[in-house]
Amino acid sequence: MIEMVLPAGAAVALESPSRSRRLSRLRTGDALFRALARAAALAVLAVLAGVILALVAGALPALTTFRLDFLTSQRWNPVTEQFGALAPIYGTLVTSLIAMVIAVPVGLLIAMFLTELCPLWLRRPIGIAVELLAGIPSIIYGIWGLFVFAPFLQRTLQPALIQLFGHVPGLNALFAGPPYGIGMLTAGLILAVMVLPFVTSISRDVFEAVPPVLKEAAYGLGCTTWEVVRNVVVPYARVGIIGGIMLGLGRALGETMAVTFVIGNAHRISGSILAPGTTISATIANEFTEAVGDLYTSSLIALGLILFVITFIVLAVARYLLLRLERRIGG
Amino acid sequence: MTSAAIAAADRPAADTADPAEKIRIRGLDFYYGDAKALRGIGLSLHQNRVTAIIGPSGCGKSTLLRVLNRIYDLYPNQRAEGEVLLDGENILSARQDVNLLRARVGMVFQKPTPFPMSIYENIAFGIRLYDRLPRSGLDERVESALRRAALWDEVKDKLGANGLSLSGGQQQRLCIARTIAVHPEVILLDEPCSALDPISTARIEELIDELKDDYTIVIVTHNMQQAARVSDFAAFMYLGELIEVDLTSKVFTAPRDRRTQDYITGRFG
Repeated sequence: MIEMVLPAGAAVALESPSRSRRLSRLRTGDALFRALARAAALAVLAVLAGVILALVAGALPALTTFRLDFLTSQRWNPVTEQFGALAPIYGTLVTSLIAMVIAVPVGLLIAMFLTELCPLWLRRPIGIAVELLAGIPSIIYGIWGLFVFAPFLQRTLQPALIQLFGHVPGLNALFAGPPYGIGMLTAGLILAVMVLPFVTSISRDVFEAVPPVLKEAAYGLGCTTWEVVRNVVVPYARVGIIGGIMLGLGRALGETMAVTFVIGNAHRISGSILAPGTTISATIANEFTEAVGDLYTSSLIALGLILFVITFIVLAVARYLLLRLERRIGG
Repeated sequence: MTSAAIAAADRPAADTADPAEKIRIRGLDFYYGDAKALRGIGLSLHQNRVTAIIGPSGCGKSTLLRVLNRIYDLYPNQRAEGEVLLDGENILSARQDVNLLRARVGMVFQKPTPFPMSIYENIAFGIRLYDRLPRSGLDERVESALRRAALWDEVKDKLGANGLSLSGGQQQRLCIARTIAVHPEVILLDEPCSALDPISTARIEELIDELKDDYTIVIVTHNMQQAARVSDFAAFMYLGELIEVDLTSKVFTAPRDRRTQDYITGRFG
């Protein structure tokens, strides 16, 4: 008995060093993999922290000089070195708002058409066209906006708006002034075209993810297509829709090139959306090369920091909305 | 004798009175693209009776059910030919308003399909499609539908909760309540219990028995015992054809066709 056990035990003893070697090699590989994965993830944090630090450090001179005035003043005078960011902030928010007001309903309608109403043969061409819109470089939107779209608006839409609302109290301020062609409205319209693909393709994807049986159940009650979309498809997909809208909004807030071409780059706040204005990113892109004084450079960096904060707030609000939505559904 | 046959034979003989015909299907063919899924179906469905459609998977049971409220219309490559007369009118005709048809012929699906809204809204939603009621009237209709579906006591304190927060069996009863809330004439049940536990299944079978006082009920089921327990008439389908239809007690105890007998005794399917 013992004689039989011993050789077996010996064999195990012989084998085990090689096996443990192999195991330890595996462990090394595992540890390496873990370290690499962790490093890749932490690198993102490091980059983000670096960007924030650089922005804050760069913006510090301007912020300490002007303090809260930087946020509340619309003076922007490089000669006297007086800088206030209110005009670009206002322009950024208003152009993005115009873009979203147009792009969200249009994008949702396109997505509804593509998923619920469109004949099969038309589905692919329209879907591809929408995706191609997202692929057009923004510089092309810029030159097209400046040379084609803005003159077109100057001749057609803007005079019509002025005529239509010129005598309506309240609205006449919104559409006051001569039709420049370029201005906030033009920038907002171009932004709308640019964010449309984001809203459309994400809404389409989430609409398609609605279980067919749920739609059948609604149709089975006698709902029309509109009733099914409004009461079943959209509520089911709302989290995804909000995600798509926020992605589009992020793009609209930060878009530089196309906006710089058509917004007019005027550092003043006008009640009329036909008037020229500026946005944060357009200001930075336009003026970085001419920023000679330290305070000027610092003010531009401070603008960047503000854009960063605005984007962050948008993301945070989106998160909060989604969280509240989920809690309400769960409860 | 199988247990299903015993259950069928035990049913009270209310079937003998001559029930009114609600739906008559004549020469019905159905196509998924080029594939023919139903061949020359002829069948009568009676008022205040439960008709069970049984048969092996892929025999066309659900397809037949989906013709009766034209839900197949949603898919462009599906089409039906022949006649389906609801109270004498052909619902397959192009002039038929499908929304109106679906209000008259309600459907409950295999998997519970509560809408992404509150329990109350799940029911009120369908009612609002057809009737403009004051709040109190709406409350009444919702309550009565939930009572009829034997769900009221379980949900009356949480009508504002999301429909998806209910258990599977409760969700299915919510779907039945939603269907009956719009006062249909016919209720189609497509394997309504296949995703449910035995207790929920029993509750829904009781419910079917009560509902037939007011409705014409058609149920597709894989469960032969269930067909025997709940139905007055049974139709056996095989490979897209209707093999035989008769009183459930007859189909289960003395089937005329060899294939029916093989199926109900569990030799295939």
